Amino acid sequence: MADVILSAEGLGKQYLLRHRIAGYDTLREKLGENLRRLAYGKHSRPDPRAATLEEFWALRDVNLQIRQGEAVGLIGRNGAGKSTFLKIVSRITEPTEGRLRIRGRAASLLEVGTGFHPELTGRENVFLNGAILGMPKSEIRAKFDQIVAFAEVAQFLDTPVKRYSSGMYVRLAFAIAAHLEPDILIVDEVLAVGDAAFQKKCLERMAEVSKMGRTILFVSHNLGLVRSMCRRGVLLEGGRVVCDDLAEAAVARYLEGFEATASTNLLERAQRRGTGRVRLSRLDIRDSSGAATSSVEAGQAVQFAFHVTGRLPALTCSFTIYDSIGQAITCFDSALQGGHGPADKTDMPSFTCELGELFLKPGRYRINAALYCRDELLDHVESAAILDVDQGISGAQPIVATPGYGSVFMPHRWTGPC
Amino acid sequence: MIRASAASRPAPGDAPQQERIIEAGYRDSRYLLELWHNRELFYFLAWRDILVRYKQTAVGIAWVLIKAMITLLVLTVVFGQVAQLPSEGVPYPLLVFAAMLPWQFFAGALTDCSNSLVGNSELIAKTYFPRLIVPGSAMIVSLVDFAISCGVLALLLAWYGFAPDWRILALPFFAVLAAALTFGAGLWFAALMAEYRDFRFIVAFIAQLGLYISPVGFSSSVVPEEWRALYSMNPLVGVIDGFRWAILRGTPDLYWPGLAISLVFAVLLLASGLWYFRRTERRFADVI
Repeated sequence: MADVILSAEGLGKQYLLRHRIAGYDTLREKLGENLRRLAYGKHSRPDPRAATLEEFWALRDVNLQIRQGEAVGLIGRNGAGKSTFLKIVSRITEPTEGRLRIRGRAASLLEVGTGFHPELTGRENVFLNGAILGMPKSEIRAKFDQIVAFAEVAQFLDTPVKRYSSGMYVRLAFAIAAHLEPDILIVDEVLAVGDAAFQKKCLERMAEVSKMGRTILFVSHNLGLVRSMCRRGVLLEGGRVVCDDLAEAAVARYLEGFEATASTNLLERAQRRGTGRVRLSRLDIRDSSGAATSSVEAGQAVQFAFHVTGRLPALTCSFTIYDSIGQAITCFDSALQGGHGPADKTDMPSFTCELGELFLKPGRYRINAALYCRDELLDHVESAAILDVDQGISGAQPIVATPGYGSVFMPHRWTGPC
Repeated sequence: MIRASAASRPAPGDAPQQERIIEAGYRDSRYLLELWHNRELFYFLAWRDILVRYKQTAVGIAWVLIKAMITLLVLTVVFGQVAQLPSEGVPYPLLVFAAMLPWQFFAGALTDCSNSLVGNSELIAKTYFPRLIVPGSAMIVSLVDFAISCGVLALLLAWYGFAPDWRILALPFFAVLAAALTFGAGLWFAALMAEYRDFRFIVAFIAQLGLYISPVGFSSSVVPEEWRALYSMNPLVGVIDGFRWAILRGTPDLYWPGLAISLVFAVLLLASGLWYFRRTERRFADVI
């Protein structure tokens, strides 16, 4: 494809993690190791006191093609390899394996303020930083007024930046970066800085850059921003691309990823709210045959069993089903039925909610669950379970996915003109 | 980051630009071109270092002079007056200053060059540009100091009414020799220091001790003839002798084997320094 501007083929980056007490790489360490090799041959056992090396793949087997003018959101948890990927794209570090073909210049806003020298004035830093980011002096001079106006620091231009407030500092730094005209603009989490008005300005600037036909690689933990800025989303997990799709889909996958790796033992979930007098310990989903599963057929019966750690009078359970983009679909509350307390008297008390027919369209859903005792929130677990709904039928009607057009199925009947 | 000048940078949608392939161990044939495109960065980094060095100082760049004069005074008194070493028929301060010129350049440039990568580690970890620019601009800073010192030398020569003869024409050659030697060593140390901070101490040690084992406070003719060749294994000996020979009319002829050793050292150090630097350059961001 002619308009592919960036193409990664089997890209991987390995780091060697050195486990040692502290300190720099010292020559002594290296020399000692080499001497030992000389003395005992190549395959000698390493000194047990020496640093142990652990191979760590920050990025592995990444294949990605990005076309001119695309805005791509890169999402993933911390340590998923986003920054490593960006570092390879901006040529700061080289890959261990695979290759990256890149056309044109990549500039990243991940280095906002890099090279700013506190002793230099704002004016001096604009030129210095511009040069570091790769702007020729003539270009900086031409854009100087724009940059200063954008940063709103005109009256402090001849003040050393060490006397700037942190807001001014960041604004000036961002203003310079924002006036770069790279072929590929890399934006890494920078929008977390500045006040709301400045953030808005930054987003507008990004949209402008995007409209100019430039390619944007956007990294943020603000998923809403990713969805609105980017059409395409790439989800990285453990250094690999696990989803490369529309931004919505990638965000959805990202949210699911949280659940997939999380323990089914809800007591191990650290992120929860509530007083904790009683906690949710497990959520089982059972299909019509009564077997525990995570996927059920649309239109079939399903049971949700919430195991809890104790009994209380007036203990109620509620849960909400969310679709893949985080939209609430419907909720259920045991309080509304007038039922009180876990029904069974076994060692492990539980609530069970039975649905005669599951009227959800095929897709992936998340369930948040909560326990209440009257108005007291005892426990609240996000993404307590994932529910995969497969294609099915209701009566004679097939229930099929309609992505983007809702996820609730209602039994119905059509009549037509003929 | 591929840099192109404003005029030649193609707008998006223009003919596709040259493709760059980044893979493990890739050799970029456009390295020189990139250096050229980033030439302004050389200048800006040097400009920053010069500007920053004398910010918030009262006398500013005059510190170069003050430092030089005090060193000159001390060396002259210690070696000329106390030790009564021979002066080759020129005023002793001139003998010393002609040698301080290359020595101070060497010590300053070697230290700055070697520390330059570590000192700019934030830049290296977060942006891409040909890394050679960093030690390169450190050299420029030292060259500015060198130029100032040359001015001081001119004043000193005028003060003593000492006019150099045609040999002064050879001075640029020796200056280039000194620069090549220093840059070669500086590249090695800079690249090594990125990974092993031990070299910070080694470099400081060289800059300190070198003053005593190089013929700065005295003429190398005080070294007995049979030891001369061995003494010249210090590549700075040839350079310093060269400076003296070029600046001070009437000093003994050049010791050619010494100069040859310096020349060989300079070429070897520069070539191997560039090779090692280029070889390790891509790992800097990971190890620094």
